[in-house]
Amino acid sequence: MADNIASAGTSANGDLEGHGAAALYTDPRGLGATIWSWITTVDHKRIGIMYGTAALFFLLIGGIEALLMRIQLAVPENDFVGAETFNQLFTMHGTTMIFLVAMPMAVAFFNYIVPLQIGARDVAFPRLNALSFWIFLFGGLYLNSSFLFGAAPNASWVAYANLTSTQFSPGPNVDFWVIGLSIVGVSSLIGAINFITTIINLRAPGLTLMRLPLFTWMTFVTSWILATAIPVIAVALIFLAADRFFGTNFFVPIAGGDPILWQHLFWIFGHPEVYILILPSFGIISDVIPTFSRKPLFGYPVVVYAGILIGFIGWGVWSHHMFTSGLGPIADSFFVASTMIIAIPTGVKIFNWIGTMWGGSLRFTTAMLFAVGLVAIFTVGGLSGIMHASAPVDLQQHDSYFVVAHFHYTIVGGAMVGLFAGFYYWYPKVTGRLMSETLGKWHFWTFIIGFNLTFFPMHFAGLFGMPRRVFTYPAELGVSGYNMASTIGAFIFGLSSLLFIINLVRSCYKGVAAGANPWGAPSLEWSTSSPPPHYNFAEIPLVSSREPMWAAGALMDSHAPAEEPVMPSPSIWPILTALGINLTWILVMTRIWWVPLIGLALTAVFIYSWAFQPAFRD
Amino acid sequence: MAIAHHPPTATGLDNVKLGFWTFIGSETLFFGSLISTYMVYKGASVAGPYPHDVLNIPLTSVSTFVLLMSSLAMVLALNAVQAGSRSGALVWLMAVVILGLGFLGFQAYEFTHFVHEGLTIKTNVFGSSFFVLTGFHGAHVSVGVLWLLTLWIQTLRGKIGKEDTLKVEIAGLYWHFVDVVWIVIFTLVYLIP
Repeated sequence: MADNIASAGTSANGDLEGHGAAALYTDPRGLGATIWSWITTVDHKRIGIMYGTAALFFLLIGGIEALLMRIQLAVPENDFVGAETFNQLFTMHGTTMIFLVAMPMAVAFFNYIVPLQIGARDVAFPRLNALSFWIFLFGGLYLNSSFLFGAAPNASWVAYANLTSTQFSPGPNVDFWVIGLSIVGVSSLIGAINFITTIINLRAPGLTLMRLPLFTWMTFVTSWILATAIPVIAVALIFLAADRFFGTNFFVPIAGGDPILWQHLFWIFGHPEVYILILPSFGIISDVIPTFSRKPLFGYPVVVYAGILIGFIGWGVWSHHMFTSGLGPIADSFFVASTMIIAIPTGVKIFNWIGTMWGGSLRFTTAMLFAVGLVAIFTVGGLSGIMHASAPVDLQQHDSYFVVAHFHYTIVGGAMVGLFAGFYYWYPKVTGRLMSETLGKWHFWTFIIGFNLTFFPMHFAGLFGMPRRVFTYPAELGVSGYNMASTIGAFIFGLSSLLFIINLVRSCYKGVAAGANPWGAPSLEWSTSSPPPHYNFAEIPLVSSREPMWAAGALMDSHAPAEEPVMPSPSIWPILTALGINLTWILVMTRIWWVPLIGLALTAVFIYSWAFQPAFRD
Repeated sequence: MAIAHHPPTATGLDNVKLGFWTFIGSETLFFGSLISTYMVYKGASVAGPYPHDVLNIPLTSVSTFVLLMSSLAMVLALNAVQAGSRSGALVWLMAVVILGLGFLGFQAYEFTHFVHEGLTIKTNVFGSSFFVLTGFHGAHVSVGVLWLLTLWIQTLRGKIGKEDTLKVEIAGLYWHFVDVVWIVIFTLVYLIP
């Protein structure tokens, strides 16, 4: 390995002498020009960095919300925050962590890594890519601005009808939620279409579908789920918004509306959504584990097909969230069966990862530790999932802390842990410097201790009868010890996340220069320098195997291009269009039918300006 | 010309065309959810007016015919652009725009008529699901009309020629899709008693 690092290191170190990574994207013409170049950028790498930074910012907010809840629940009958604040905290914690952290963090990796993995110079629609980011950022900020008005959403992240009706939620809280989520959904949909097109169409010559790195494959599957699931939640949100703003009757029982319809629409989106969260991380560790096992992925086609199968079956399990709503024995039986079936492709992947490690020459870098951590922790979450796949068992566990334990084991222990692995793995590609392994290992072990101490006791608290979304509990319930353990664990978890942030920032300046392929990894993103030039590759690579960088005579793409590749031009219209779209939606809050039309007219002007601006200027 | 800078795609398909097909796939789920809701809420209203009190099948048959003819005009418009006939493109693009506006006119009449009959978006679940479904379809038609009008102006100014066939083709994809959605709506909402 050492020779590989040395040979790769020579190719890019020259550029890095004396520069921090932060300097890499600094425009020499001064601060104003630098800011302008970022807000008009259409470079997938810069957009990826912005997505990642914004997601980390929202992670901080979501984390603080979690800690406040844990303080409140540390002891029985606590009055640290009241019931109303607690409602806002758990609603915003769920909404933030799913829509503003886990999803955009995965999208940050889609953006930065996928074009590099497929040997492309950018995504298919660079300006739409910028639009996705700005819509997401403004939507996220808008959603959180509700705290400034003391009116953060408070009807939980699933926002069941008809708690969300104007009758039961008269304040602007739910308005913020329904508008904020609609905005963020638009961003995801545009991104999904962009990545589907990119992965189908911009692959380098010879890079057939069955040679794609697993991360790109899972990005592809995830994008399909997004493209098909987002419109369903969009319709649900439209109904809710129409009920609240225009007085329709979609979820009004007295007029014949059915609140259960909300649950169906929400979970038809909501269950595919959990695969949207987990599949990118499955993709990341399917790239990380082979690299640090020095072995090709065991059973590559099976892992690909298992991912596709999860994408399909994920559409047929949504009602297992609704066993308690009285669907009847036939529907219940169907969804019990389909839920148990979807565990099979997921289990298959677990064995493939173990099979990859088996007999490999393992190197336990921090990235590898998190990847293996995912395999272990996610399995725990998967097993508790199988438990409440059974309808009778679910009736006991529904809306209890057992469920909270389950989905944190899958979403934090699965999705987040995979994203952590991705950060340690690709950080050197993005900044040209390695993250500190010492701090990384501190992060990993404090995370493992803090995470399990937080969420494992919740299984017991739930089984002993502690309901979720309730701001306190009596001492007689006998769950005080479990709750105190969870609170202590949460603070250890918070501390470990702080170590991660310190590592991220510090390594930017103090990290060891990485070189093009510090891990001796097999896929194309490691063939270009770290960080890559703005055109990614001097020459579009020709691919002849699944592990091009492991092939004999693999070349580093480190020379200057014969002629400067023509890249898409920066544009101001994506950010302005995003502002217009946000404004249109936010003006709906006025409840005057013609006011949003002002935003709509503005958006139309921006879209026309965009359409008539050529994507490439010479 | 911008197109020359694009490296050839892996499939040979144009990026915009492929992306647009994906978008249409997404739109089917959007209209699928709206139409399913209408069907689920059929007969759920607790107060009138009910569908058979207000829906005017003969009138809507005419507006459906107008919209279907606009699809024919769209095919002829694309054909004219492909053949390099500027005058043909101008005639048929304008025909699509006028027929599309005609359909929207019928819809505006229908909506105001229903309001006079006492059916608004707030009246009952029929009103809510009907107006939101057909309203979103109408909004799609309106976007299509604006889009085609833009193409017509561009053609008039000589900015769209034979080499820009794809621009017209993609607008056509959208227009035909919106038409197909209407056929489903017309069948399920109007024709099935």
